Amino acid sequence: MNPFLRWLVVILALSAAGPAAAKLRVFACEPEWGALARTLGEEQVEVYTATTARQDPHHVQARPSLISRMRRADLVVCTGAELEIGWLPVLLRQGNNPRVQPGQPGYLAAAEHVRLLGIPTRVDRSEGDIHPYGNPHIQTDPHNIARVAAVLTDRLVQLDPAHETGYRQRYRHFANRWQQAMARWELEAAPLRGGAVVTHHEGWVYLTHWLGLTVVGHLEPKPGVPPSGAHLARLLQTLKTRPAKMVIRAAYQDPRPSRWLASHGNTVTVTLPFTVGGTPGAKDLFGLYEDTVQRLLRAGR
Amino acid sequence: MKRSVIAGGAALALCGPASHAAQQEDLAGIRAQIQQLRNDYQKRIDELEERLAQAEAQARSAQRSARRAEQVATAPAAVPPPAPKSANAYNPALSVILMGGVNAYSRDPGTYALPGFQLDSEAGLAEEGPTIGESELTFSANVDDQYYGSLTTAIHSPAGGATEVNIEEAYLEAPRLPAGLGVKFGRFYSGIGYLNSRHRHAWNFADAPLAYRAFLGGQYGDDGVQIRWLAPTDRFIELGGELLRGANFPGGGIGDSRFGARSLFAHTGGDIGISSSWRLGVSRLWSRPHAREGMANDAGVAASSFAGDSNLTGVDFVWKWAPAGNPYARNLVVQAELFRRDEAGRVTVNDTGMSTAYDGIQYGGYAQAVYQFMPRWRIGARYDWLSADNHGADPSVLTQAGLLDQGHKPSRYTLMMDFANSEFSRLRLQYDQDRSLPRTDRQWLFQYVMSLGAHGAHAF
Repeated sequence: MNPFLRWLVVILALSAAGPAAAKLRVFACEPEWGALARTLGEEQVEVYTATTARQDPHHVQARPSLISRMRRADLVVCTGAELEIGWLPVLLRQGNNPRVQPGQPGYLAAAEHVRLLGIPTRVDRSEGDIHPYGNPHIQTDPHNIARVAAVLTDRLVQLDPAHETGYRQRYRHFANRWQQAMARWELEAAPLRGGAVVTHHEGWVYLTHWLGLTVVGHLEPKPGVPPSGAHLARLLQTLKTRPAKMVIRAAYQDPRPSRWLASHGNTVTVTLPFTVGGTPGAKDLFGLYEDTVQRLLRAGR
Repeated sequence: MKRSVIAGGAALALCGPASHAAQQEDLAGIRAQIQQLRNDYQKRIDELEERLAQAEAQARSAQRSARRAEQVATAPAAVPPPAPKSANAYNPALSVILMGGVNAYSRDPGTYALPGFQLDSEAGLAEEGPTIGESELTFSANVDDQYYGSLTTAIHSPAGGATEVNIEEAYLEAPRLPAGLGVKFGRFYSGIGYLNSRHRHAWNFADAPLAYRAFLGGQYGDDGVQIRWLAPTDRFIELGGELLRGANFPGGGIGDSRFGARSLFAHTGGDIGISSSWRLGVSRLWSRPHAREGMANDAGVAASSFAGDSNLTGVDFVWKWAPAGNPYARNLVVQAELFRRDEAGRVTVNDTGMSTAYDGIQYGGYAQAVYQFMPRWRIGARYDWLSADNHGADPSVLTQAGLLDQGHKPSRYTLMMDFANSEFSRLRLQYDQDRSLPRTDRQWLFQYVMSLGAHGAHAF
């Protein structure tokens, strides 16, 4: 036999010999989907989360470690809506995994299952780093988590039908607790309704929509463009006529622009977790919103 | 309800004192009334309990249908993409890269050479003065459910010369192969080395490392097939091989062999903590040029042709660091590549037809570091070197072909600074102290790299 063919046979035999009936391997692009998959799958799934709350999900390197995790994933759960356009396509193409290609049951883009806000009317790069399908930062509204949880449960059942009862049971339990928690958060956050805020990136439309906050400006002159001195000065002028209660930024963003604006614009900064792990309080999905609401309330006082 | 029964009873019990007989009569009446009340309430309690049970059942089914409704509602609630109205909806993603600038050299670029190395026509210096350099056009799309295709053309229009359109890459991939296999066929940049498979606009310096000029004619792309296999392990391990036509430098001309070049490469990599990640690669390229053309220059190097074996072995390493793994504000990329080439065959000087047996062992490499110190701004430094140990039966032929280094080892120091207004645009200023030749060439390069349209993600 040709030595090349012989190697090929050995390699194929090695690849096929995977552990049977193992846990479902979930590759989550962002911490919120990793946390959700863990909640719904518990001991049936092995979850790998590609990014942390300290990283900007727009700018992640297609690292070798991510490629090798992609290779063995049974289910890839990402936000979609082009949030991961700078790195996920490379992982999908280099990961050599047919099960998780878009269109397969093993690929779940959360943004396809919720109502997207902030769909641009003009798609042009001069508008900054905009997302033609709408704002992808859907995890800042817990109602979206509830919707994705239902879809993710169905997907887990589809890929691992043997454990359907467990997935469904955990989903029911989660959905009940989640409904109650959302009602509580909404009640607690009611005093915030109508409050004016400035956000660092246009990453909070779902949060401001959920809690009824009014956004009077962004620190970034255009999405993805770092805050400039000139823009901050203009923003300061805006704040004179439309004062804002607080300046919101995510844990991964540079704190300096928001601090500058807060100190000059007679307002306060608030650092929100943005995703699971973003603050010490945001240990899981419940903690994420609990902490978000509490931090907003403290800042709004 | 219980409370009202008790309250009723208590109110009755509190009715004032009276005579014993009347009391007896009253008591009987009261007892009857209480019994009456009790019956009434029991009936109403039963009714209410029944209604409650019904309501609960209804609520359960309502919840079920609500959940179903929610599932139905949420799926289409995801904003439906505008319905494709024409065949244009299937147009491939289109990306244009404009890459040009201004180059200034202290030496005449026409005299450029790398002593000890045959130089490909693509491997010289970029044109002096303002130039639009090379414009790149890429079309890519899924062909169907099995294939992905990509075409990259480079348009080069030198001042006063004819416009050339080259197909840099035209390949297909099959992303749905099982067992961790990946295949690519058509024309593509070989997977050897680190920089070689990356498009020039993604390189961190305006010009190619000297080792790439000397060993790969700038960058090695060819027609053929590539197979990659990814190990099913948490540690990244990738093995790959290519069968290529061997028509391009370091190959050249096709003799009897249908596949004039073959390659093997292996990559591994991983993370160190949350802030660092790395990749290490080894590669080997075997080529058997039939007639590889070496470029003449204005300083006496004659055009020559090489036939024989040319085997290139390389090691490449890259290490990337960013605080907490977030490269947006600050990051550092350190990379290095090392090559050794073994060549044996015959060299012929084209003009005179004189030829000689030749064999050589050559080394070359580069090391570079690029640091982004604040959003959008980066600085970088690079060191390049080459060394050749060539022998031939007739040294005068080697001298004419520029294959004897006369004791000079080429080297180069480079400093670079660039500014990226967004991830789609970059302006770069670079200074090279080029000691390719004994007299140092001081080179200033200003470069712009602009990316229009769809832009594919970059590999690590």
